[in-house]
Amino acid sequence: MNFSEAFKLSSLLCKFSPDGKYLASCVQYRLVVRDVNTLQILQLYTCLDQIQHIEWSADSLFILCAMYKRGLVQVWSLEQPEWHCKIDEGSAGLVASCWSPDGRHILNTTEFHLRITVWSLCTKSVSYIKYPKACLQGITFTRDGRYMALAERRDCKDYVSIFVCSDWQLLRHFDTDTQDLTGIEWAPNGCVLAVWDTCLEYKILLYSLDGRLLSAYSAYEWSLGIKSVAWSPSSQFLAVGSYDGKVRILNHVTWKMITEFGHPATINNPKTVVYKEAQKSPQLGLGCLSFPPPGAGAGPLPSSESKYEIASVPVSLQTLKPVTDRANPKIGIGMLAFSPDSYFLATRNDNTPNAVWVWDIQKLRLFAVLEQLSPVRTFQWDPQQPRLAICTGGSRLYLWSPAGCMSVQVPGEGDFAVLSLCWHLSGDSMALLSKDHVCLCFLETEAVVSTACRQLGGHT
Amino acid sequence: MGDWMTVTDRGLSSESKSISQYTSEIKMSPSSLYSQQVLCSSIPLSKNVHSFFSAFCTEDNIEQSVSYLDQELTTFGFPSLYEESKGKETKRELNIVAVLNCMNELLVLQRKNLLAQENVETQNLKLGSDMDHLQSCYSKLKVQKLQNIIASRATQYNHDMKRKEREYNKLKERLHQLVMNKKDKKIAMDILNYVGRADGKRGSWRTGKTEARNEDEMYKILLNDYEYRQKQILMENAELKKVLQQMKKEMISLLSPQKKKPRERVDDSTGTVISDVEEDAGELSRESMWDLSCETVREQLTNSIRKQWRILKSHVEKLDNQVSKVHLEGFNDEDVISRQDHEQETEKLELEIQQCKEMIKTQQQLLQQQLATACDDDTTSLLRDCYLLEEKERLKEEWSLFKEQKKNFERERRSFTEAAIRLGLERKAFEEERASWLKQQFLNMTTFDHQNSENVKLFSAFSGSSDRDNLTVHSRQPQKKPHSVSNGSPVCMSKLTKSLPASPSTSDFCQTRSCVSEHSSINVLNITPEEIKPNQVGGECTNQKWCVASRPGSQEGCYSGCSLTYTNSHVEKDDLP
Repeated sequence: MNFSEAFKLSSLLCKFSPDGKYLASCVQYRLVVRDVNTLQILQLYTCLDQIQHIEWSADSLFILCAMYKRGLVQVWSLEQPEWHCKIDEGSAGLVASCWSPDGRHILNTTEFHLRITVWSLCTKSVSYIKYPKACLQGITFTRDGRYMALAERRDCKDYVSIFVCSDWQLLRHFDTDTQDLTGIEWAPNGCVLAVWDTCLEYKILLYSLDGRLLSAYSAYEWSLGIKSVAWSPSSQFLAVGSYDGKVRILNHVTWKMITEFGHPATINNPKTVVYKEAQKSPQLGLGCLSFPPPGAGAGPLPSSESKYEIASVPVSLQTLKPVTDRANPKIGIGMLAFSPDSYFLATRNDNTPNAVWVWDIQKLRLFAVLEQLSPVRTFQWDPQQPRLAICTGGSRLYLWSPAGCMSVQVPGEGDFAVLSLCWHLSGDSMALLSKDHVCLCFLETEAVVSTACRQLGGHT
Repeated sequence: MGDWMTVTDRGLSSESKSISQYTSEIKMSPSSLYSQQVLCSSIPLSKNVHSFFSAFCTEDNIEQSVSYLDQELTTFGFPSLYEESKGKETKRELNIVAVLNCMNELLVLQRKNLLAQENVETQNLKLGSDMDHLQSCYSKLKVQKLQNIIASRATQYNHDMKRKEREYNKLKERLHQLVMNKKDKKIAMDILNYVGRADGKRGSWRTGKTEARNEDEMYKILLNDYEYRQKQILMENAELKKVLQQMKKEMISLLSPQKKKPRERVDDSTGTVISDVEEDAGELSRESMWDLSCETVREQLTNSIRKQWRILKSHVEKLDNQVSKVHLEGFNDEDVISRQDHEQETEKLELEIQQCKEMIKTQQQLLQQQLATACDDDTTSLLRDCYLLEEKERLKEEWSLFKEQKKNFERERRSFTEAAIRLGLERKAFEEERASWLKQQFLNMTTFDHQNSENVKLFSAFSGSSDRDNLTVHSRQPQKKPHSVSNGSPVCMSKLTKSLPASPSTSDFCQTRSCVSEHSSINVLNITPEEIKPNQVGGECTNQKWCVASRPGSQEGCYSGCSLTYTNSHVEKDDLP
């Protein structure tokens, strides 16, 4: 495993281009585009203010930089550095900006969600969409980029509008049987739209592309409901995480629940492998599970080593006692993600924040649990294989695969606190983001990694 | 309970009689729980009664205790136990009447108390159950109330939210008017030049046509998705069908070798089922309708599978039953045979032992009598002493002889049991052999009849009479038995038929006889040693052995000889094969 040198970064704004050739990162009001392989700076653009949001167009030709404070969006072309485009939302303000899937339209949401303005880069035409709903996830595009679903609110009722992205024609418009719609999400096949209600009510509705209600599901009443939703890449399963600390898996044929995954504080099943991160003082020697990076021999030794140990069941996990008298309690399943092959599901229960649960979807059972020393900030699956990268805000990167798991110290002067990460689409590298730096981590070829993992398994 | 304890204490201290009465009364009280409690507590009390009394009242302190009781009673409002004092100087007299009255009153009070207590306890129980009921009701009500509260709050919240949202919407509208309708010059896009579309095409105008096209496309996408899913389902179905078909085939092949047997044994219904199934299978395989998914095929398939499964199940169950039966029978057979033989033998032996014991006893008695008579006459004592010594000597001898006999007898007994076991085995083997021989003979006869009838006719004409003769001889004369018995083995029979015209040699006889005696016990038992004598070669000893065994416990005198022959035979037997 190799690490690049650390580059400056602000606001955790760093993104790989969709074609995987470029890496865009922001430093204050500058946008830097590098070649992924050489890491040489290809382009450097200067915006009018501090950049708050960046997004690549789907064809990797343009990048938009949003400056919400100023109500501004600036678009840059990679092919024509001299080309420029600036969109000013004026007094209406700007709270969100995104590309349409064709990469030629920009959707800007004004303050107070008064409207969405669709700016075209091809023609002078400007479209407006009124009454967008201010919610967690109000816009979703199908994966093929044909359709956009938008959550709307009119006269105290929720609606969903489906637009054809090619000409922004309204295809369907229907009201949803929700109290206060919170999120919408297309299935990867683009034929089913999942719509879920506010956390006060457990309700998830499934609509066909043509607006028919396919099914509605509610697991329980009275207490706080859905917290997170994820489709499996095969569109076969819909995982619904809720405040009761359970994930319910719905199937795509009957839309009924197949199984529910509880997240108990103690793990009793001996078939489940529990990896516990253990701290180790450096004088005890190098832990067999930590991989000191070979390219960073000059760097100072980390203050402490950490490695994974396989804990023998029953294992009790560290749990937080939720504060019940505050809003948004830290309980329930806040994060879930399917592996790209749909074989695994990774979850985090927010009142056991140090643990990542990996579920086997083929056998519908708990496969492994990773308990970290500090709360898990984010995890992301390798786009190519069932390999999960985890960061906890410390100077380590954690990797899990069915063969085993390992923790890697990120080299560099001082601690490189990994706050976020994102995989390159090839699965060969990933960007690790700290508060003001980014560094690339290059993983060895598959064979080397798998042998390393096996070794690791042997040691533990 | 606390109150009650004090009550008993008081009763106890007043009189011991009252306690006994009191406890008996308690035993009769209807409340079982209550009486149990009382009994439990009354046992230690009654035990302590005497010690307690001795501590409280003894011969010496009657006066003090009476005065103490008097005091106590008067404080509780009872009349004094003493007579009205006539003068201060005179000693106060104990008033028995007053004592008895007091006692009676105490008893009555006690009874009342008990009754009251019982009432209170039943009431307590009732109240307890009422309490439980009320509590459960209360908790239920509480839950309901909480739910109602949540629901009402939710509706209130929703109402308020709606109100607020309306306000907010109004504000939004206003803001929209203010911001958007002002022709905000700032709201603009500043672009160097428009870029081409990603697909390279020019944008098209929005018309009715595009709308229809969009609809078409949407339905196309949906259709594609449904087709894809249908394909998947079809594939899954096909695989399942394949599995079912394979299962059915295997079942049929598994069940077909047993088809004939079940038809013979099992009732008609299953037979017809099997034939049905065969027809079905033939049809299906002929027409290969597996790819069709129409209902009839499906039904046929499921039905046939179900039938096969039923047959298989019943077959497996039958097999299980047979296996368990065989197990049971096997165990029983062995057990019964050995036990019967054993019991018979042991009974016989026990009888013999008894007889021996009795004899020893009578002899001992005789000896003692003789000794006793010898003691009283002094004059003849000297003379008799000699006799006595002699007799003693003789008795000793006899005693040792008896002992030896006893030992021998013990040994015999052991060997008898062994022999009995062997006998059982041998009998079994013989029976098996006889059965096999009979079968073979039967088969031989039939094959003979069919294959070369002429030969048989000749043979039967020639040997038929002799055979009959043999049989009759066998029934009357044991001497000719070897002929008849030797029929038992087919080899011997062929020998006999060959050698029938000529007189059989003695060695042949011996062989056959020994062969027979190995297996048949009944026939051999009829043979007496005298009859055997002429042919006594080799294995005759076994016969002798059995002949001895057939007359158990006949004479004591022959024990030694008997055991001798027995041991001889035993040794020879060991050497035989």
